[in-house]
Amino acid sequence: MQQLAEIRWHARAGQGAVTAAKLVAETALELDQYMQAMPEYGPERMGAPIKAFTRISNVPIEIHCNIENPNAVVVLDETLLAIVDVAEGIRSDGVILVNTCKTPDALRAELGLQGSTVRVASIDASGISLETLKRDMPNTPMIGALAKATGLFEVDPIVSHLKKTFGKKFSQEIIDANIASVTRAYKEVSVG
Amino acid sequence: MPTQKTIAATGNAVVAEALRQCSPDVMAAYPITPQTTIVEEFAGFVAKGRVHTEYVTTESEHSAMSACIGASAAGARVVTATSSQGLALMWEELHIASGMRLPIVMANANRALSAPINIHCDHSDIMGARDTGWIILFAETAQEAYDNTLMSMRIAENPEVLLPVMTCLDGFITTHSIDRVEIMDDESVADFVGEYTPVNALLDLENPVSHGNFAGLGGPFFEFKKAQREAIERSRKVITDVAAEYSVLSGRPFGMVETWGMEDADVAVVVIGSTAGNARHVARQLRADGVKAGVVKVRCFRPFPFAEIAEALSGVKAVAVLDRAESFGAEGGPLFLEVRSALYDSSERIPVVNYIYGLGGSDVRLELIETVFKDLSDIAAGEEAPAGLVYLGSR
Repeated sequence: MQQLAEIRWHARAGQGAVTAAKLVAETALELDQYMQAMPEYGPERMGAPIKAFTRISNVPIEIHCNIENPNAVVVLDETLLAIVDVAEGIRSDGVILVNTCKTPDALRAELGLQGSTVRVASIDASGISLETLKRDMPNTPMIGALAKATGLFEVDPIVSHLKKTFGKKFSQEIIDANIASVTRAYKEVSVG
Repeated sequence: MPTQKTIAATGNAVVAEALRQCSPDVMAAYPITPQTTIVEEFAGFVAKGRVHTEYVTTESEHSAMSACIGASAAGARVVTATSSQGLALMWEELHIASGMRLPIVMANANRALSAPINIHCDHSDIMGARDTGWIILFAETAQEAYDNTLMSMRIAENPEVLLPVMTCLDGFITTHSIDRVEIMDDESVADFVGEYTPVNALLDLENPVSHGNFAGLGGPFFEFKKAQREAIERSRKVITDVAAEYSVLSGRPFGMVETWGMEDADVAVVVIGSTAGNARHVARQLRADGVKAGVVKVRCFRPFPFAEIAEALSGVKAVAVLDRAESFGAEGGPLFLEVRSALYDSSERIPVVNYIYGLGGSDVRLELIETVFKDLSDIAAGEEAPAGLVYLGSR
């Protein structure tokens, strides 16, 4: 793993981005990494655009500020592409992952990133979620897709952490559906 | 030795955990952003029977601190938590708690004061309370917030001190970020904190006393204040001793002042709270480029570590003091005033520049800290120091 990975999450309040940022950080801790996860707090209401951040490192993390030059950007709601500059500050070797049915090529054009070294990845996380969880909760599939697109984790540590953390709160059915979401998204993400 | 487990948790969660591990008799509190999750978690512990504390819900912070004072005077181990407007509303009670020498422990989630309204981090709240007679500790990280809370209990209740202690952590930045934290087992914490033996407890019916009596003209008021000054001066040694004991137990040292790179620094930043990490990060990068940069973090603001600051800054060519609070109309921010005062007795004439930064949660980007070190390098090379304070990163 690289020394410091910085992930910026874009979503609408209620889509579980803060939980996702936290789950990724907790998974990193289980792999004995150092990590931070923080939402950007504002006047939050359901459906409003929000941001959250995750940092992962193999050495202690000292900095406490927003992430302006992320290695990875995760967009849980594609309608945000029209109103938020999700590519802002992304590193030239970074990756932008969007929850969408579009291809990476179509996304690249929409983001105005033709000719850029930034990688663009797409996954139909909402579609997967509707099939597995029977509702549109794209956060856990996006973790699977992020892991694959960035090479941050294998799928196993995510699944084992989900079992551990969700085991306390949710039914086996919901845990299994989330695991299926993560595993499918890990396999199905397309990176262009 | 204690068993420690590594967890992913927010600053507020581990402060609540530390308070639970101290087994207080009473918590009286009122929720306020960004402190809320401390009292919420603690109320959860009470509801689940994980701590046997009388949890008093009040209708305001004024009442919360009043209830804390009553319970503490009665002889109970008392804790609470607040932030910003809540701390401001406690103001008169803060003086009463210290004047009555009540060892209350309170967490404060640093947040700006209105107006205009703002819920994010700065140190205006605590700096407004700096002369209330409380011992004031600051945390950079969730780990330090946990450690400071446990140490606070021992410092406050030490018979040589008997003063209330406030442990501060930066609103949202530390209170709400999930961080990697090591937590000690309950038994080791209980052994470290120990049983509380109250002094002059109102409920000690064999030895009746009264507290907070009228002490007007000709009364002992003046002497009471002198006794408070003596107690907070004695707390310096107690803080150091408690920290030494805690560091053996936890493996985590605590200094009233903590330095990085100061052995041979030419330029140094003095800072409080979460920004210290940003400053160290930038200083480390500058060192790689050959700049002798150092950082001085103040972890105990009251009593203020004058001697330690003067010693740390000795031999430095230029110093920046970063204040996350204003003192309108003063020469500079609260930390600047203390640091420059600490340097007055030194024969060196070190240029000290004051930067006001991060008010109302304004993001402390690394470039801002780089600017500060750049200014310092210029001053160290002979350029004139800016006159007056600098508003760092304001539009």
